[in-house]
Amino acid sequence: MSTRMRVAATVNGESAEFLCEPRQSLLEVLREVLYLTGTKEGCNDGNCGACSVIVDGTLVNSCCMLGVEADGRSVETVEGLAQDGKLHALQQCYLEETGMQCGFCTPGFLMSSKVLLDTNPDPTDAQIRHWLSGNLCRCTGYDKIIRAVKRAARMLEKSK
Amino acid sequence: MHDFRYATPRTLNEALKLLGGRGGGALLAGGTDLIVKMRARRLQPGLVVDAKGVPELNVLKLDKSGLTLGAAVSCRRVYTDARIAKTYPALAESAALVGGIGIQGRASIGGNLCNAAPSADTVPALIVLGAIANIRGPRGSRKLPVAEFCTGPGRNALKPGELLVSLKIPKPAKHSGAFFLRFIPRNEMDIAVVNAAVAVELDAKGKTFKSARIAVGAAAPIPLLVREAGECLAGQPINEKNIQEAARLAALAVRPITDMRGTVEQRRHLAAVLTARALRGAVKRAKGE
Amino acid sequence: MNKPETLKKLRVVGTTPVRPDGQEKVMGRAVYGDDFRLPGMLHGRVLRSPHAHAVIKSIDTRRAEKLAGVRAIITGKDFPKPSVALVPMGEGGYFDMNDFADNVIAKGKAFYHGHAIAAVAADSPHIAEEAIALIDVKYEVLKPVMNVRQAMAKGATVLHKEFNPGAFFMKTERVLPNASRLELKNGDAAKGLKEADVVVEREYTTETVHQGYIESHICTAQWDSNGLITIWCTTQGAFAIRDQVSIILAVPMSKVKVIPLEIGGGFGGKDTAYIEPLATMLARKADKPVKIVMSRAESLLSTGPSSGTYMKVKMGAKKDGMLSGGDLHFAFEAGAFPGGPIAAACLTSITRYNLPNVRIEGFDVMVNKPKIKPYRAPGATQSHFAVETVIDELAEKTGMDPVDFRLKNVTKQGDRLILGFPCPPIGSVELLTAVKNHPHYNAPLKGAHRGRGMAMGFWFGAGLTSSAELSVNGDGTVQLCTGSCDLSGTRLTLSMQCAEALGIDIDDVVPSIGDTHSVGYTFQSVGSRTTFATGIAVYETAQKILKQMAERAALIWQAAPDDVVFGEGIFTHKNDPSKRFGFKELAAKLDHSGGPISAQSTVTPHGVGFQVAAHLVDVEVDVETGKVEILRYTTFQDAGKAVHPDFVAGQMQGGAVQGIGWALNEEYWYNEQGQLVNTSLLDYRMPTALDMPMIEAVIIETGNPGHPYGVRGVGEVPIVPPPAAIANAIYRAIGVRPDALPMTPAKILKLLQQRRGSAAA
Repeated sequence: MSTRMRVAATVNGESAEFLCEPRQSLLEVLREVLYLTGTKEGCNDGNCGACSVIVDGTLVNSCCMLGVEADGRSVETVEGLAQDGKLHALQQCYLEETGMQCGFCTPGFLMSSKVLLDTNPDPTDAQIRHWLSGNLCRCTGYDKIIRAVKRAARMLEKSK
Repeated sequence: MHDFRYATPRTLNEALKLLGGRGGGALLAGGTDLIVKMRARRLQPGLVVDAKGVPELNVLKLDKSGLTLGAAVSCRRVYTDARIAKTYPALAESAALVGGIGIQGRASIGGNLCNAAPSADTVPALIVLGAIANIRGPRGSRKLPVAEFCTGPGRNALKPGELLVSLKIPKPAKHSGAFFLRFIPRNEMDIAVVNAAVAVELDAKGKTFKSARIAVGAAAPIPLLVREAGECLAGQPINEKNIQEAARLAALAVRPITDMRGTVEQRRHLAAVLTARALRGAVKRAKGE
Repeated sequence: MNKPETLKKLRVVGTTPVRPDGQEKVMGRAVYGDDFRLPGMLHGRVLRSPHAHAVIKSIDTRRAEKLAGVRAIITGKDFPKPSVALVPMGEGGYFDMNDFADNVIAKGKAFYHGHAIAAVAADSPHIAEEAIALIDVKYEVLKPVMNVRQAMAKGATVLHKEFNPGAFFMKTERVLPNASRLELKNGDAAKGLKEADVVVEREYTTETVHQGYIESHICTAQWDSNGLITIWCTTQGAFAIRDQVSIILAVPMSKVKVIPLEIGGGFGGKDTAYIEPLATMLARKADKPVKIVMSRAESLLSTGPSSGTYMKVKMGAKKDGMLSGGDLHFAFEAGAFPGGPIAAACLTSITRYNLPNVRIEGFDVMVNKPKIKPYRAPGATQSHFAVETVIDELAEKTGMDPVDFRLKNVTKQGDRLILGFPCPPIGSVELLTAVKNHPHYNAPLKGAHRGRGMAMGFWFGAGLTSSAELSVNGDGTVQLCTGSCDLSGTRLTLSMQCAEALGIDIDDVVPSIGDTHSVGYTFQSVGSRTTFATGIAVYETAQKILKQMAERAALIWQAAPDDVVFGEGIFTHKNDPSKRFGFKELAAKLDHSGGPISAQSTVTPHGVGFQVAAHLVDVEVDVETGKVEILRYTTFQDAGKAVHPDFVAGQMQGGAVQGIGWALNEEYWYNEQGQLVNTSLLDYRMPTALDMPMIEAVIIETGNPGHPYGVRGVGEVPIVPPPAAIANAIYRAIGVRPDALPMTPAKILKLLQQRRGSAAA
């Protein structure tokens, strides 16, 4: 019988204390223990980015991190993007630019795009494509995703 | 996944004690290899020891003697460091090719080396840069050139209870340059079909090779230092004919297989192509272009 | 001209509103397969065959049963005989439900690596996984056959002693131990080829590929004390899952309720119940709800990829470019059970062209791979790869521009098709003309090893049955419920058609997707049918609503129903224009004039508009490594009428990129024992954002008289042209014609080396 460990993390700005088995990945813990199902499982081996979250400001594939490793760390998921009922510029642009079809890869893309724009507020198309190459989309062909990110970058610059 | 215990040592000695205990343990740095392997039941350690709390395993120091890189330091930390990118561009570009951005924020160069895949993207550059592995075990410390660290597909030279503490990469000589590249079928996210790193030292005029080290990966059971290919350039003028000769020798030296990522013929051919391209790139850097 | 009378100025159709389900999706709140959970639910995992072909000698579950936390274990023995043997499919086709049932879980024999052998339900997924490893199975391993030529060769291992020949779209006839055959003919193929001035004959092979939906298969099943089965799952068709589960478990259809959740990609691959019958049986045995999640490896191993093939195409043309004859031979994998896409592959191979003398022979071939399933225009991508590259070569050899060659030969309205009936309105001429006039076609392409290629694509699309329900509320807002699962925004495009028909605002329509107990029968969201066929169901229902509302207006005005006319959202008394109600105004009076109004329609429309597309691509080849880079890509497609132009462009771009992956990198890689080796997305290489340029989508609208707003399906044909277009571009870049998919760097290198060798000789 597996011994569960106590983890104290910050998730989307709020403290989250929970118990989990060491063998539960951060992805599993977010979804099954904290009931934050916005982060998705696409491949469970670091090859599709559907599980992308932000840990201490770094983009992470949550399937390749253990839940217990989140102890003392700050985790951001898609559920934390919208603030005070207002969509993040990226969410708004993915929606309005049709950068989303089935929507399953979208949370991962949003988190990845957010770290990109935090790191590089005015990326070129090539830089966006390179950064997002770890996020697979099977529906859109990526064209409208690139447009969404570019437009969000412009919106965020304007709002500064 | 199988059931395991998880420990977070705060000192190197604590980590060694845990790893040396009964039942065996595995060191967890970025986890991008270990967690995937555990989930696939290819590794089932009873204890997972988190390296990220041990200072020696997370050191990143650049000084007159060279670069000291803790085994658990992430790829992203390495290539976003402007000094490292400037002094060791081949290492930085290797680190930037390990998986996507989400992987690079966690995956470590030390882990990439210890995982010892023949296709490991950081190892050829470490080899040609003359990196030394600092190892600690129950019987004390030892050093080993990275060129001897990988012993077979997925196998390394660490003995039971030993761990890789850090890598030491010497300061590059004047008029030297290094370059890494890999061939993959897509533009990102693939395991190398073949990869290659080259480090050259030129004469002051930039017309002759003083020395060259060439390493080719994914074309043999280990990332291979192809000695003859590098040695054939010593004292030779820098021209396409000599570059092609080194490439030809590199292609002869490799021992590739056919698998789902490439064929023997393709890999042998690519070993030559990538060696030539890496040589040209390294020469350019050595000349300061 | 092909314009229908209904292509008038539209108010909502043709605009680009934001989809109503979009906000919940970008916030991560939408409920997909694995996001659904029930209290007390167990977790199921499936034990799968490690062998490609084996007799199952024994299954011992005792060690697994002893593991703490294991609640139920099932094997093939727990399953009854299906209640129906054959389910008709139209055009003489059928589904063999015994095959479906044997695919869900093996009965005595494993037919492919990954074939389900047993399943476990436990308290946690980790325990279920551990339990799987404790089930002891004894196999007698048999020699597998892993490609069509191996399977058709003399002395090949036989998969099934008896089988019903495959019949997906058309019946085939058993001719070999592992294969059945169909033939299509027009005129005299031999004569046609003899009369040709130029003949091209080429052979091709393509590999097995997967739809690659990012969300795998997940379902949760419950079997309550009354024997009512409820299934929540990610699917393209709740009724399809309902029918299959009911038949495979031999329970009445009314006792199976399937509630579709949001779906993270399907592309034709989520039309089949793989884990639903397993979860249901486990739920019955454990007397608790059971959720099963298929891992990524399982989705590649154990669902329904698209056929690998062997093709031989011989076509001839006169020197003026008119096609004169063709002899085509296609052998397509069916997978472990009969019934792959061979008929569709044959039917679409040359249908876009007038080919008076042609023979097409197709083989449905069983191999030890998972049962082949639809992948966006099933079979067409492969057959087009062969035909469109031969067409390209014929154009070259007759000295004609590739677009002009096609313009000379495309079928036009009224031309007789090999399908046996005259061609309905089709947009091929408009399409190809748009290609010729486009800046991409005329832009200079400079640089070494660069080339430009194009290819055309054809797919028929489906009508089939859809249901819709509309209710009008007292405030003039409307609920629209259909049975169509929404893969990428069809609940919006259906709402738009509803708003258009009723003359109301799009924001006043709230759409939902019904389950099998709450809405009328609706065929799956496949075959590019949703916006078309369910759109017609919506339109018809809207007409019924308008009729009822007109009757209310008549009642209020004390007039005859015939006195009320409806136009542009307003009900008017035709003899007294001062008597008028807007939709909302009239809706407010419903409660006092007889009560709220609702209506329902179940329709099976004909008048499907054929889909035609053309893709234009510039490539650059690195001749030292064989790697192909896509420099520029433009897609052209006749949408009939684009209900939501951005959504249509999205289908064109998405399908194109899937086709590009198919063309360059995607393939199932097997070892000598017939085991699938690349079971992860690391080595099943789908395109990333860095592999693609921007893709311009040019939408042509020729209308479709079969739909009130001129809609043609758009979802499938985008995947059809890319491999051929890229192969044609590679030829122009480096002078070799690829004859195998995927066109990997290793293959291109080999072609280059062969060419150098033959040049030196």
